[in-house]
Amino acid sequence: MKLVTKLMTPLAAATAIAALSGAAVADDHMSSDMTIVSWGGAYQDSQIKAYADPYLEMNDGVSITWDESSAEAVAKMRAMNEAGNVTWDLVDVTAASAMRLCDEGLAMEVDHDEILAAAPDGTSASDDFGDLIVSDCFIPQIVYSTTVGYRTDLVPEGTPEPSNICDLFDLATYPGKRSLEKRPINTMEWALLCDGVAKEDVYDVLATEEGQEQALAKLDTIRDEVIWWSAGADTPQLLADGEVFMGSTYNGRLFSAIVEQDQPIGMLWDAQVFDLDGWVIPADLPEERLARVKDFVKFATDTQRLADQAKYISYGPARESSAPLVGKHAELGIEMAPHMPTDPNNAQNTFLYNYEFWADYRDDIDAKFQAWLAQ
Amino acid sequence: MSDTTQEPMLAADGRPLKQSLARALRRQKLRALMLIAPLLIFVMVTFIIPILSMLFRSVENEIVSNTLPHTVVALQEWDSSTGEAPDENVFRHLYFDLFKASEAKEHTKLGTRLNYERTGLSSVFRTTGRRLDDMGSDFQDPLEDINENFKEGAFWYEMLSGEGGEELLESRRALWARLTGESMAGDIGFTPSPQMADMLPWATRAYTDFAIWTVIDDQDVVAEEDPWEAVYAGLAQDLQSEQTQTEIAAYDGPGAQALKDAVANLDQLPEVNFKAAFIDAKEDWGTTDLWSTMQVFSSNYTTGYFLNAVDLELTPEGVQAKPENQQIYMQLFMRTLWMALVITGACILLGYPVAWLLANLPMRTANTLMILVLLPFWTSLLVRTSAWKVLLQQQGVINDILVWLGFVGDANRLILMNNATGTIIAMTHILLPFMILPLYSVMKTIPPSYLRAAKSLGATNWTAFWRVYFPQSVPGIGAGSILVFILAIGYYITPEIVGGTSGIFISNRIAYHISSSLNWGLAAALGTILLVVVLVLYWAYDKIVGIDNVKLGG
Repeated sequence: MKLVTKLMTPLAAATAIAALSGAAVADDHMSSDMTIVSWGGAYQDSQIKAYADPYLEMNDGVSITWDESSAEAVAKMRAMNEAGNVTWDLVDVTAASAMRLCDEGLAMEVDHDEILAAAPDGTSASDDFGDLIVSDCFIPQIVYSTTVGYRTDLVPEGTPEPSNICDLFDLATYPGKRSLEKRPINTMEWALLCDGVAKEDVYDVLATEEGQEQALAKLDTIRDEVIWWSAGADTPQLLADGEVFMGSTYNGRLFSAIVEQDQPIGMLWDAQVFDLDGWVIPADLPEERLARVKDFVKFATDTQRLADQAKYISYGPARESSAPLVGKHAELGIEMAPHMPTDPNNAQNTFLYNYEFWADYRDDIDAKFQAWLAQ
Repeated sequence: MSDTTQEPMLAADGRPLKQSLARALRRQKLRALMLIAPLLIFVMVTFIIPILSMLFRSVENEIVSNTLPHTVVALQEWDSSTGEAPDENVFRHLYFDLFKASEAKEHTKLGTRLNYERTGLSSVFRTTGRRLDDMGSDFQDPLEDINENFKEGAFWYEMLSGEGGEELLESRRALWARLTGESMAGDIGFTPSPQMADMLPWATRAYTDFAIWTVIDDQDVVAEEDPWEAVYAGLAQDLQSEQTQTEIAAYDGPGAQALKDAVANLDQLPEVNFKAAFIDAKEDWGTTDLWSTMQVFSSNYTTGYFLNAVDLELTPEGVQAKPENQQIYMQLFMRTLWMALVITGACILLGYPVAWLLANLPMRTANTLMILVLLPFWTSLLVRTSAWKVLLQQQGVINDILVWLGFVGDANRLILMNNATGTIIAMTHILLPFMILPLYSVMKTIPPSYLRAAKSLGATNWTAFWRVYFPQSVPGIGAGSILVFILAIGYYITPEIVGGTSGIFISNRIAYHISSSLNWGLAAALGTILLVVVLVLYWAYDKIVGIDNVKLGG
């Protein structure tokens, strides 16, 4: 790293001289290609359409390589850092991963007001994103939530469709298989909520041994009926196949199953777990690459671009100023706002994910959870 | 004749033949070695070294002593059985160690490491890290009020720099290098004064640390930067000592006036009590649990990961079994071995007749059959596993057919996946070619005339097969079994997709620790155990069946 910076100084001087001799080389200090890491699928498509393609149109000669490794981003960045060869320029991760990368010094700390564009009305970036900046390294893009979908055609006759998160645990009224994520996060919280724990006490209870037992005991009541998923695409598939009656997944996946594919599926907006997704920049990037990334991020997270992204996927833009600009679905032409997790009608009873808690207790509770699963 | 054997035989050039031959052989061996050198180097670099370095992680534990070098030494004298947290001396070292670590952003890594052993430690280190600056500013503000010079970076530089402090500088640099894993080499334009190091040991040490970091990492000039809060805390600590106070009275070098002012106004400084400050930042520091964990895991190498991997844990009282509701690994190892055995058995049962058919049918038909065996072999593993998902699920093809035929009721569809059954079915199918191919190549070499000869001597079909044909095909079974078993034991994708919770293997846990929990030490320990198990089984196989009896090809 040190070597690179030392080499860069004479290089930068040379560029400066070159810049003096001809004005056309303004972009010389930025590298011409970028490797961006994202999640693949519909989400990555929305990023490409909403800001990567427009950015490439504006900047001739720049190219972007996409790497669909976000799911293993933390492990891979750690390995790259140890090998001393970080090949990624910009990485899309969840907020929890961003905090972890920041803690380990693998992601760059940024001054949000300096590197991000202000809102059109002049509100500074840090005010516009507000509380969603959960870490100094994290540049938020979208708000998503983990919620529950169900088969509308398999609801027993004479019973209303499920509307409460606790219907997940009510096998008497709503018989049938469930699909839940194969990790304690979210599942344990829902179990406690439905076992009578008040929303604000959930994490206090979960921090105790008895609380963990209580959550597992609640899960015991449905464990024979549960299929455990590990990929976001699993639940929509299981629902479409009729393998399960109810299951948890991300709201964007349910949106595309319900609206785009017209499956007989409904979804709950109750105690859905709010979470964030956004960019981090790897630590210690060489100057040229860093300059290019900063240029791209500033464009890609401005008010209009984040609102544009919502045309392609039903995740809420992280900027407050983007919300009024959210328009219609790019192909179906339906209003997107009512499908956003941030829409007031949907956000009446949400559950806030506690990053700090899971950072500390994840290993411990996971060991118990896995042992419980294996029993 | 006996005379000629006494004298050494000579080659054409007059040298002794033996020597000449040895030289020619050596040259030949060297040439052979050079021929395989590219491969050898390739295998070393891409295979052996990564495996060794991964295995090394399973015992490596330098992070504790690298991050908190002085604290770990001071902590050795503490006895956890007293039931009380360590004394002020340990906390004092902890403050200065941790301050450095938090500047370099290394303290959270230590927290993560210790959190593997004791839940909650990660947050202790993170919360405390945020409070370290405040602990120092408590001294910085009054000191700056006492004498304005303390605000100036240049003043500190002049006061603490001198000639002959290279030894201190280098020892601090070495500690930085251990902490950050970088060399931290280079001229920093500062050497501490040995006189000040005697008089103000804590402040000088903290300032030297600050100087190294400022120049090497931040690439600033020491004299122009305001020192860290830790330097002020160091000075406050030094001023407590009566010896320092008398030395300051007699001192007339740079900064003498400011130091004398500080001694005169000592009552304006808050009490120096790092222990209270740490407990105030996070009360866990006052408990023995945290410290005993740190003491147990302060050595550079640890058995902790291996103990975890077999459901044990290291406590101050020695090795103990983990609480029952956290024991998972032994069960997973056993299940992995058991299911790999079942899969191997199923492969033998299904593969043997197919291989026999292939070996005994006329060439044209055998070739068509062979393609049927090889076609799935060439298909992507992921595709085949996903296909099994479609077949096995409750609304899947197999259940649909069974319901249609009336074997099972619509309400009682069989549960064929997301459990051990699913894993066994899918993996048997996927690994079947590894059994059929070696079996086929062995059976091809058994002359059909042997069977005919046995029958013509009066053997029944069964005796002819069992006494004549089968023994000759055993090497093929051995080879196929080894292949299938060893491949099965490390399988990951198929159990992950169709295994649910009761059909997953130990490798799924290893993958989890590599990519999700980032507990690479534990993953390495589990991997090492798996490797050893395979080697032991291989050795046992060699002892019982004999590895020479294995034939992988005709």
